[in-house]
Amino acid sequence: MTFREYRSTGLLNQFLAGLLLWTAVVMLVQAEDAKPLAEDPVVEQRLINIAQDMRCLVCQNESLAGSHADLAEDLRREIRDQIRKGKTDQEVTDYMVARYGDFVRYRPPIKPTTWALWFGPFILLVCAVGLLGWFLRHKVVQREPDSPLSPEQKLQVEALLRDKS
Amino acid sequence: MKSRFNVWYVIPLLAFGGLATFMGLGLSHDPHEVPSPFIGKPAPDFRLPKLEGDGTFGPADYRGKVWLLNVWASWCVSCREEHPVLLKYSRLNQVPLVGLDYKDQADDGRKWVDQYGNPYTLTVMDVDGRVGIDYGVYGVPETYVIDKNGTIRYKQIGPITEEVLQKTLMPMIAELQK
Repeated sequence: MTFREYRSTGLLNQFLAGLLLWTAVVMLVQAEDAKPLAEDPVVEQRLINIAQDMRCLVCQNESLAGSHADLAEDLRREIRDQIRKGKTDQEVTDYMVARYGDFVRYRPPIKPTTWALWFGPFILLVCAVGLLGWFLRHKVVQREPDSPLSPEQKLQVEALLRDKS
Repeated sequence: MKSRFNVWYVIPLLAFGGLATFMGLGLSHDPHEVPSPFIGKPAPDFRLPKLEGDGTFGPADYRGKVWLLNVWASWCVSCREEHPVLLKYSRLNQVPLVGLDYKDQADDGRKWVDQYGNPYTLTVMDVDGRVGIDYGVYGVPETYVIDKNGTIRYKQIGPITEEVLQKTLMPMIAELQK
């Protein structure tokens, strides 16, 4: 596995941020109101809708909407620009797919290369149910034990059962 | 006791074998190597200022030439690992090696090539990372092989090693130059 990197918020940065926060609390600095998320909440809402369905390529199990990686921030900036330019959601998705491939999409399109991904589980399910049915039909009947009882033993069993009842 | 070969006893073994095969394949596959959608597509156009000297560079300038585009940055540690291989490559007098200094400041970039040596025919500055995004860069280093028609033929994700250079890049360059 190759070691690759992308700028991310390092431990030191996190430590410094924590220190800053602590200082702020201790010194009882007059807090300012948090800045609004973006100038345009409509654009921001569309950005979130699009970015939630996309994978961050640096931290692959994070969505583009939730990742703090530098690349994710840059990509959100690009998507925001695209939305402001009046692009539709589909056009923005196409823009991302053209650069990073179907891998960026958490819901990849249905096409021959993704058939196994989309239909594989259902095919496996059908196979498993079929196998189960076959198994139940053929195996539910008890097989004769490997060493059947001798006639004397059978009589003994029946006598014991009679005594019980 | 009757000893009879029962086919059902083999099924768990087969299931385990199948599972182990898939898991083994999963282990040997690096999920960070995302296949690039750019292979066989034209290299995205750009025009960026050079790191050293005046003027700009764009892929159009190298039309009719085979060339390499290596994405690097002064903040990138694995670029240092790759660097000796690039320096060696630059001494072989092969096709041009263009550096794309990605999300970096010109001062830092210059300091870096001064300190470690400059294998690049020329380097351009992508300060805000927009050209990187157009090329689908998602980590540094990455290297693209671009042919005479300006088509991307190969993308190396991660550092170029001696092995990659000898077994993949050099034969490919020789082939494309024909």
